[in-house]
Amino acid sequence: MTAGIPLEHGLLIAAGLFVIGLIGVLVRRSLLFQLLSIEIMLNAAGMAFVIAGARWGEADGQVLFIFILVMAAAEVAVGLALLLRLSNRFRDLNGDSMSSMRG
Amino acid sequence: MDGFWCSLPLWLIPALPAAGFVVLALIGGQLPRRWSAVIGAGSVGLSAAVSLCAAACYLSHPPDGGVRIERLWTWIHVGNFDIGFSLALDALSLVMIFVVSFVGFLIHLYSTEYMADDEAFSRFFAYMNLFVALMLMLVLADNLFLLYLGWEGVGLCSYLLIGFWYSDPANGAAARKAFIVTRIGDTAMAIALLLLYKHAGTLDIQEAMAWAADNWAVGSGMAVVVALLLLGGAVGKSAQLPLQVWLPDAMAGPTPVSALIHAATMVTAGVYLIARTHVVFMLAPPAMTVVAVIGAATLLLAGCSALVQTDIKRVLAYSTISQIGYMFLGLGVGAWSAAVFHLMTHAFFKALLFLGAGAVIISLHHEQDISKMGGLRKRLPVVFWTFLIGSASLAALPLVTAGFYSKDLILWCSWSTQYGSPWLWAAGAAGAFLTALYSFRLVFIVFFGDEKGQVEHRPGTRILVPLVVLAVLSLIGGFVETPESLGHVTLFSDLTETTLATTESTITGHPTEHLLQAVVAGITLLGVFLAFFLYIKRPAIPAAISTSPLGSRVCRFWLSGWGFDTLYDRLFVRPFAGLAQLLRGDPFDGISSTLGRAAVAGNSALSRTQDGRIRTYAFGIGLGAVIAIAIVVLT
Repeated sequence: MTAGIPLEHGLLIAAGLFVIGLIGVLVRRSLLFQLLSIEIMLNAAGMAFVIAGARWGEADGQVLFIFILVMAAAEVAVGLALLLRLSNRFRDLNGDSMSSMRG
Repeated sequence: MDGFWCSLPLWLIPALPAAGFVVLALIGGQLPRRWSAVIGAGSVGLSAAVSLCAAACYLSHPPDGGVRIERLWTWIHVGNFDIGFSLALDALSLVMIFVVSFVGFLIHLYSTEYMADDEAFSRFFAYMNLFVALMLMLVLADNLFLLYLGWEGVGLCSYLLIGFWYSDPANGAAARKAFIVTRIGDTAMAIALLLLYKHAGTLDIQEAMAWAADNWAVGSGMAVVVALLLLGGAVGKSAQLPLQVWLPDAMAGPTPVSALIHAATMVTAGVYLIARTHVVFMLAPPAMTVVAVIGAATLLLAGCSALVQTDIKRVLAYSTISQIGYMFLGLGVGAWSAAVFHLMTHAFFKALLFLGAGAVIISLHHEQDISKMGGLRKRLPVVFWTFLIGSASLAALPLVTAGFYSKDLILWCSWSTQYGSPWLWAAGAAGAFLTALYSFRLVFIVFFGDEKGQVEHRPGTRILVPLVVLAVLSLIGGFVETPESLGHVTLFSDLTETTLATTESTITGHPTEHLLQAVVAGITLLGVFLAFFLYIKRPAIPAAISTSPLGSRVCRFWLSGWGFDTLYDRLFVRPFAGLAQLLRGDPFDGISSTLGRAAVAGNSALSRTQDGRIRTYAFGIGLGAVIAIAIVVLT
């Protein structure tokens, strides 16, 4: 890891990525894009781990990133399966229209 | 024959009418009227026959201590609290069962004709039989708990029978009034019983009385309290001041009911209660004074009210209140036997008067207003003669009537015993004048003068026989007890004084007694003559009095029973109704219902946030995270 990049810069990029993902979740109606945005948020978190690991010269951050990667893969598998069922049922992936469980 | 009389158990006496009630209540609706009548009147008739057998047994073989006790079964047994279902026959209850079953039977017989056209014929007899059974239970009870059962039971029957024609709301209101007003007295009585149990540890009448005599000093506070509370019960049941307001309204019931319950038997239960617990009263001289004063005041007030009533049954109702006032006067001066004697003769002549009034009422097609009656003497001769005898007995016409002997005894005792005073005697004598005046006013207005109204049908045998029997009893019933100046027969007091305390007069010497008797007899005759003068000779005079400004005001005041109804209405009924109206919306519920409403409002506000959209939830999570981080960073 080159020593030229300060920790703050890396964390700012990770935070920016996280916010972009969060905004994506909040503003997109399509469930597919919301899923994509969640992946971006996960990667932002992973990036923060890697950067922090590099700061202290430890491998833990990278190990944790691999965990997150595996978890994200599993999540996408379940998420896509759900999406498939939903698109079969509603012929649509607009999350706002699937609000029959409102209080 | 002796063996047979004594072989009949006591429990048959109340059990027979009770059985009649059960049969009529269960299958009375399906029975033909004739059968209902046979069961209704027959069961009471048999009970009267058994009562006579019991009386024959009692008189021929007086039991030890003067009491025949029959313990049927244990009613309640908890620890030391042991209440037996047991009956006791002593001289006092002997007189009472005779009056209740015998007069009751005559009234039942009368009712079979009087009520013949009524739709609810068997229901009427069911209630009447239940009443007789409970009344007999009341007078035969050997403990105060069982007595209280009968006491409340007859109150219930009174309520049911006053409201017998329940389709008219006024009758229902009269029934409720009677029930509620007597309940006030009953509450006092219940407290008296509890106090007695707490101190004496028993409710058995004889044991409790013996305990009281041994442990309470004369005039001790607890004796006075118990006596006054018992008096409260008696005052409610017997319609004395200040709880007399229910009896005139109770006339809403059928006339035989008025005769049986509201003249002959139930209303005299208060007199019976005081006589039964006379030991406590003798330990409480202040309570005795209260009894006597209540009696004297009631007899005067009710006598005045009876003078101006226009409804024939209300005249008799006020007259009943007034006569029970005499009994209370007798009790209050310690003339126990005299009071019970007057109870018996009053039962005869007042039942006779009510039954006679009933005969008049149905022969005029349910007309009760005496101003629309007149000249019935020739149309209804038997009713006239019996009614005249009843009125004479009520007015205590000297020498020939039963009422004279009993009332004379009470008046003499009110002068001569240690509790008596000339004032009480004067009140009684003034009452005698009023009694003579109002009873003969009734006779002269109803049976003399011009004929008014059409006699629709003449009463038949089953109405006339009870009238004649009761008329005979109203004449000869008094000869069992006559004053010293007139033969000095003491059969009745010899009998009752085996149970009740002896009445001792402090004044000896016959001149006073003879003088007082002559004065009262003179007053009575004066009253009769005045009634004759006012209502036969010069009918214009009472009419002029009742239209003069002062006279009409007094008339209205007396007609309404001295304004007690208005007073109680203002004092109790209206404030209570107002309070009920105020609380109708449950203001105190507001506290808890505000909590409920807040919960509902919070629910509807928060449920709006649950709109089912993922984005909103995600926003919520994000916002929460931002706030949490902000708190961590900024603090």
